[in-house]
Amino acid sequence: MAEVKIAAEITASVWQIQARPGDQLAEGDTVMLLESMKMEIPVTAPQAGRIAAVLVAEGDQVEEGQAVALLEA
Amino acid sequence: MRGPVLIANRGEIACRIAATCRRMGLPSIAVFSEADAEALHVAAADRAEPIGPAHPSQSYLSVPALLEAARRSGARMVHPGYGFLSENAEFAEACADAGLTFIGPPPAAIRAMGSKAAAKAVARRAGVAAVPGYDGEDQSDTRLLAAAQEIGFPMLIKAVAGGGGRGMRSVASAEEFPASLAAARREAMSFGDSRVLVEKLIPRARHIEVQILADTGGKVLHLGERDCTLQRRHQKLVEESPAPGLDAALRAELGRRAIALAEAVGYVGAGTVEFVAEAGDAPTAERIWFIEMNTRLQVEHPVTEMVTGLDLVEWQIRVAGGEALPWAQDAVRLEGHAVEARLCAEDPARNFLPSPGRLQALALPEARPGLRIDTGVREGDTLTPFYDPMIAKVIAHAPTRAEALTKLAAALDRCSASGVRLNAGFLAAALRSPEMAAGQVDTHFLDRARAGLLAATAA
Repeated sequence: MAEVKIAAEITASVWQIQARPGDQLAEGDTVMLLESMKMEIPVTAPQAGRIAAVLVAEGDQVEEGQAVALLEA
Repeated sequence: MRGPVLIANRGEIACRIAATCRRMGLPSIAVFSEADAEALHVAAADRAEPIGPAHPSQSYLSVPALLEAARRSGARMVHPGYGFLSENAEFAEACADAGLTFIGPPPAAIRAMGSKAAAKAVARRAGVAAVPGYDGEDQSDTRLLAAAQEIGFPMLIKAVAGGGGRGMRSVASAEEFPASLAAARREAMSFGDSRVLVEKLIPRARHIEVQILADTGGKVLHLGERDCTLQRRHQKLVEESPAPGLDAALRAELGRRAIALAEAVGYVGAGTVEFVAEAGDAPTAERIWFIEMNTRLQVEHPVTEMVTGLDLVEWQIRVAGGEALPWAQDAVRLEGHAVEARLCAEDPARNFLPSPGRLQALALPEARPGLRIDTGVREGDTLTPFYDPMIAKVIAHAPTRAEALTKLAAALDRCSASGVRLNAGFLAAALRSPEMAAGQVDTHFLDRARAGLLAATAA
């Protein structure tokens, strides 16, 4: 079991968290929606796996490259 | 009654409104969030009032903060710009209750056009053809599916309260419908209203809209149309007036429809009636349908200003102050051709991902006759994730469409920035494409042609 960091690709605020710890995701499934410059940017699972932890809360500000969730793949 | 104008907005539109106020001899008051204390729009106005934290919900969308700023500054009028509270009937009412003149339509007109379903009901009353579909109160799965099957697939599900390109999804088949409906309702909830409507999808569509201007005496004029077909993510990137291939008879017919809708809701001020037209050969009256009305100034209003010679903000202020429109419809003439491009901090190569950051360098061409630059930022500013990514609107005006496209593309070649990604090269390549030259584009053209246009940018 490898732990994969899921990172924000842009400086943004966390708008909607859609996956909870324990959820099983397929590659490409949405983990959360970020909002930046009036655009919704989905953060998706880079590969199939189980969400081990969500590291941010709705309304948080995140920086480009910051880990926002951990995936057990 | 005219008096000091509070500009309840930010960025380029706040700067643009302040410029007209200055020309008219009206004091202007900017408002700013904590992120905008050093912003250009603050310097553009005669004075400025702080209204709270960076997040729009706590500043530019805060009615109490804006009313308090108006009270402190002695404002008599409020210009909402576009976005933020510009189409919020409660804000218009709150301004009136505070003794302020809201520069925009009456709250009842904002409400009547506020939801996509309500607007379609107005169109039925006014005898204007809207996109065929179902926008009723029965929101059961079975009723909506039946309506979708009657329309035929592919079709669209739209959030009744949606806007700005959000809350819309296309559905390819009846099998996909239940899952898409559930997703559309979840999305719709972000607008505070889970209701949806279903309508026919025009697979190859052009977006054509008519600018109207109305006074308090019931006179409504149209100022011609704009073609806003070049879009990404359902958001406009390039707009032009007149619309390619639209003849005088069709212009008059669309103007007639727009005026009928404005009259049906007692409209006052500047507004835009949006239509969808089938792309392909020259548009015809039977293949153009009403979609919605925007009860405010539009981002792309400068193209109309350049072909009519009118200052729309000036006339918004004049009619809000009770002045009558002094012209007849046949005195409104469209001279030449104008095209606007929205220069944005975004990366076309990464699916138009926005690019917040510090503008370490910014070069824009100088404005001159036939070339207008509306901007709200300058070198050294930081573009935060809180606000939209637009850096400037670049607008070219020339005797012919071909000349205007060439001039705008050349102006975009002279735009550059460091610190953020810029879409200037991509826009210039789109303006130079053979499809654009021929007027053979539809609303999905930029998505389809993106790879080729990016290659042209790199060459």
